[in-house]
Amino acid sequence: MDLHTIRELRRPISAGSIDEWRGGYAWLAGGTWLFSEPQPALDTLIDLGGLGWPALEVSADGLTIGATCRVVDLHRFAGPAEWHALPLFRACCDAFLASFKIWNAATVGGNLCMSLPAGPMISLTAALEGFCTLWPRHGAPREVPVADFVAGNHANVLGAGELLRSIHLPASALRKRAAFRHASLTKLGRSAALLIGTRDAEGGLLLTITAATDRPVQLRFNAMPGVAEMRGAVECIAEARWFGDEHGSAAYKRHLALHFAEEIRAELEVASP
Amino acid sequence: MNHDPAITSCSIDGRAVFAAPKLGQCLRTFLREQGALGIKKGCDAGDCGACTVWLDGEPVHSCLVPAFRATGGEVTTIEGLGQPGALHEMQRRFLDAQGFQCGFCTAGMIMTAAALDEAQRADLPHALKGNLCRCTGYRAVADAIGGSVEAQEDVAGQACGASLRNPFGEAIVTGHARYTMDLSADEPTLEGLLHLKVLRAEHAHARIARIDRTRAEALPGVVAIFTWEDVPRRLYSTATHEDHLVDPDDSYILDNVVRFRGQRVAAVVAESEAIAEAACRLLVVEYEILPAVFDPEAAMRPDAPVLHDKGPATLGSRGNIYAEIHGEVGSVADGFAAADAVHERTYSTSRVQHVHLETHGSIAWRDEAGRVHVRTSSQAPFIVQQKLCHLFALPARAVHVFTERVGGGFGGKQEMITEDLCVLATLATGRPVKWEYTRQEQFTAATTRHQMTTRVKLGATRDGTLTAIEVRVVSNTGAYGGHAGETLAASLGGPLTAYRCANKKADGYAVYTNLVPGGGFRGYGSSQTTFAIECAIDELAIKLGVHKFTIRRKNMIRPGDWIESVWSDPSDVDFGSYGLDQCMDNVESALASGRGAAKPAGEAWLEGTGIALAMLECGPPTEHRSGAEMRLVSDGRYHLAVGSTEMGNGSVTSHRQIAAELLDCAAGQIDIINADTDRAPYDTGTFASTGTVVAGQAVALTAAALRENLLGYASHHTGAERAVCRLESDAVLCGDRRVRLAELYAAGSAEGHRFEAKRKAYLSPRTVAFNVHGVRLAVHRVTAEVRILHSVHGADIGRLINPMQCRGQIDGAIGMGIGWALTENMIHDDGGAVVNPSLRNYRIPAFADVPPSEVYFADTHDRIGPLGAKSQGECAINPVAPAIANAIADATGVRFAHLPLTPDRIFADLGPAR
Repeated sequence: MDLHTIRELRRPISAGSIDEWRGGYAWLAGGTWLFSEPQPALDTLIDLGGLGWPALEVSADGLTIGATCRVVDLHRFAGPAEWHALPLFRACCDAFLASFKIWNAATVGGNLCMSLPAGPMISLTAALEGFCTLWPRHGAPREVPVADFVAGNHANVLGAGELLRSIHLPASALRKRAAFRHASLTKLGRSAALLIGTRDAEGGLLLTITAATDRPVQLRFNAMPGVAEMRGAVECIAEARWFGDEHGSAAYKRHLALHFAEEIRAELEVASP
Repeated sequence: MNHDPAITSCSIDGRAVFAAPKLGQCLRTFLREQGALGIKKGCDAGDCGACTVWLDGEPVHSCLVPAFRATGGEVTTIEGLGQPGALHEMQRRFLDAQGFQCGFCTAGMIMTAAALDEAQRADLPHALKGNLCRCTGYRAVADAIGGSVEAQEDVAGQACGASLRNPFGEAIVTGHARYTMDLSADEPTLEGLLHLKVLRAEHAHARIARIDRTRAEALPGVVAIFTWEDVPRRLYSTATHEDHLVDPDDSYILDNVVRFRGQRVAAVVAESEAIAEAACRLLVVEYEILPAVFDPEAAMRPDAPVLHDKGPATLGSRGNIYAEIHGEVGSVADGFAAADAVHERTYSTSRVQHVHLETHGSIAWRDEAGRVHVRTSSQAPFIVQQKLCHLFALPARAVHVFTERVGGGFGGKQEMITEDLCVLATLATGRPVKWEYTRQEQFTAATTRHQMTTRVKLGATRDGTLTAIEVRVVSNTGAYGGHAGETLAASLGGPLTAYRCANKKADGYAVYTNLVPGGGFRGYGSSQTTFAIECAIDELAIKLGVHKFTIRRKNMIRPGDWIESVWSDPSDVDFGSYGLDQCMDNVESALASGRGAAKPAGEAWLEGTGIALAMLECGPPTEHRSGAEMRLVSDGRYHLAVGSTEMGNGSVTSHRQIAAELLDCAAGQIDIINADTDRAPYDTGTFASTGTVVAGQAVALTAAALRENLLGYASHHTGAERAVCRLESDAVLCGDRRVRLAELYAAGSAEGHRFEAKRKAYLSPRTVAFNVHGVRLAVHRVTAEVRILHSVHGADIGRLINPMQCRGQIDGAIGMGIGWALTENMIHDDGGAVVNPSLRNYRIPAFADVPPSEVYFADTHDRIGPLGAKSQGECAINPVAPAIANAIADATGVRFAHLPLTPDRIFADLGPAR
């Protein structure tokens, strides 16, 4: 929709040129959220489109996803064969309520910065142990794990004007076997629970719970847990984390998380083929 | 470092455009400003896809794309994809399969479908996630994309009963059809156009103490501000009916008391929408907060805050109870005493929104003579005209109300909620004024289906024969009472009439609360009680050990029965035909066929089957009338004017077919105009299942009269006996002589003969229609996911004027019923605010949510409805939700009595696997 209060559009070619920051400013990436709701508090859009950040960079260390990488690019990405977790990319893109047309504009970084419980790019990058590189308006870049980047429903650790520059997924995580579970109140709708488990070569399990909780909750097991241990660990998640909204009650989401956690555990418990 | 995109240059449909978008402008509005009016606004938030265009070959939702991003780009809209006469393959497919009804989502649907690759076409549930259609239930969309040709050729003498294409179909699939807001910027009537925006209440119940407009008035570009002190202090109801007395006059254009969050507080007209919005934000309102009540049971208590104090005008009302209806035939006390089993339970249905893809909106202007013209998205332009005359003390001739194509209604546009303010502002400023609802306003400030809570008590003997039916309905009408009495009456009507039982009793209450008002909605009160009774019948059957088909067949109404609910006064309802038995048989055999999807593998999935039936009295018990005019024109074609509105219900198609049958011509020989108080005869409105049985009747009577006129003159002209004259396509056969209609016209005109006719239809008697829905589904006992495996529907709607269209109406009603049952729910917070006023958070069914249904039509020919037809578009929704609820109960052994049956509302009660 039209954002009627915008008085200025800035299109920098380097982020450094935006040196001061004040209320009313907003970084503009894909625009798919900014333009989807009235934004009466904004007066200036600062377009990230001219910064020329590379979308996807593969290295021996892993994959670096530029914050402005479009969802469609991630969906199309085909990486090295030993990155067993790659099917998660498509699964998480498909978990968007939004259609493939939105993927043509929406960015991975935008989904993280929205910091909604059901942001599937958060699910993906948290589960794959991603690190966010943040560029404060002043001072040196800093790194924050994705799981810590999101602080709650529609809340994150970004300071005023601070930019999410990129997300790095380590190759060690990309090489893991992964299991994915997801449910929604409607068919192909917004996630009520999205759980991803990854298993490392040593038999350890990392379970990432999103959508059901207000921010990613990760449960790390050094060895494959048993049924009771898994259930106990999920049950130990603080009551306040379970997030109820029109896409599912908190009780239902907790119930799903318990169910999917066990399914994931059982799937990954089986030795890889 | 600032780059002012002073000049954007891009290409739109191959035409170079040099223009500067506003800085925060989205591509959708920019393209429309540049004349690309095929692009529609359904949600303006990226959820519905109606605004889909291609940007450099990639499909995008143009409402989310910053306009400046199109700089240097190539934009393709529906109008660039193909043109009338030179259709793109996908446009042709949508035309051939009639993959649309109102057509408002169609541009986006086609632009998406045309961009899909083979893999995406094979997975439409995913590929069409971002395209919402409220009319079709998606079956016709799938048919279109798959390339099936459903439409038949238009052959003279065989038009009626054929699956003819919509006469405006080519315009719809090419984006050339004009809807309410599709006016180009250089339209002369819009010179000096002002934009209206409304400040809405932040409290559920409050008195407005003061409104400080100083800062708002000082904003450059603000032309006028209206508050309650600036409007005629004249009460009215926003609801539209022929009889204005059936709705309470409980509203002011602007009031000094707000009774729901979202009610109008002030209206601003300004040179742009942006300025009007900014001015609304600058208005300072001081409220005296009043206690609010949201629960109708609480609102009925003596200590509840009273919403309306309307004085002696509302004789009979007490406190917040706007309407109260009671009735009993026989004695339910005796009936329950004679019963071997009694079942009693409370069921409830939810508040849902119509979500017609085109939001409410209207444009008003005055011509040089001072007449007011209102172009609006309405189901009842003639009643709107009357209400505007009432409010502004204008004579009828001073007000002209008309529609262009209307993008869906479903009862939501049986309401005057934008026209009054536009006319107020245009009268005050002398300038044209436009107001278009946002999607959010549709949820917070339009109307909804009435939430009803229904206590049902049924008694029966051991063999399943009903001995007593008793219901108590409490309807939450929200802050205003439009449609409250009529929906309450409907809730106590058809659903109880459907069963023959000597003892029936009903008590109904429609109660004011501080929520967004209820209104008319497909099914109109009847849906709510059908849900309750059809669930209760199943529960009773289980208690008695009688099969669900058996108990219904034993008790359902049949010819010879007295058609009666709980009132014994004489009624004008009669069996014009009867096909309920066929509907039951068709649904039973379809369910037994084993077709549909298999139960998903795994013991967590529980499978069940459910059915429900519904009965419709075709047309409202209130007055309803319609007129048509028809004439032969000089080139031998016909011109038909009918007052009723086309909003996707297909009446412009079926009305031409009805006329064509009586004139033995092709439908294509008839041009039609409708829904225009200047150019068509009076029509009460297209609602309450009247498009066929009243407006269609008017068309039939008119066409028959014109036929007599033509044949009479032809006989005189040729000297042939009247008995040997008959119409055939574009000519009259008079014995051996064939006179072309154009020739006849020339001859007649020369003699001063006029080839025209006008007739009126009035709705009485009313016939009855029936629908039966059956569903087999699976429920996952852990996730509570519900998967519909087989959906079947039996409809008794008389003769099919246009089978493709009839099927489409039923598919659409089923889709809407699935939404009501499984996905939709308006949620309010403790302060009465709608929590989910967007399509992202209020989920109408998407493609993936609606399985295709098998639809079976009973072979009936009605003796009351025109040419054997009966009402078709409304009733099919009624049995869907209870059939689903019954199937879930059958699968799980657990009865869920409260809609919607979303997984998070049912999971906790699902037991372990049986």
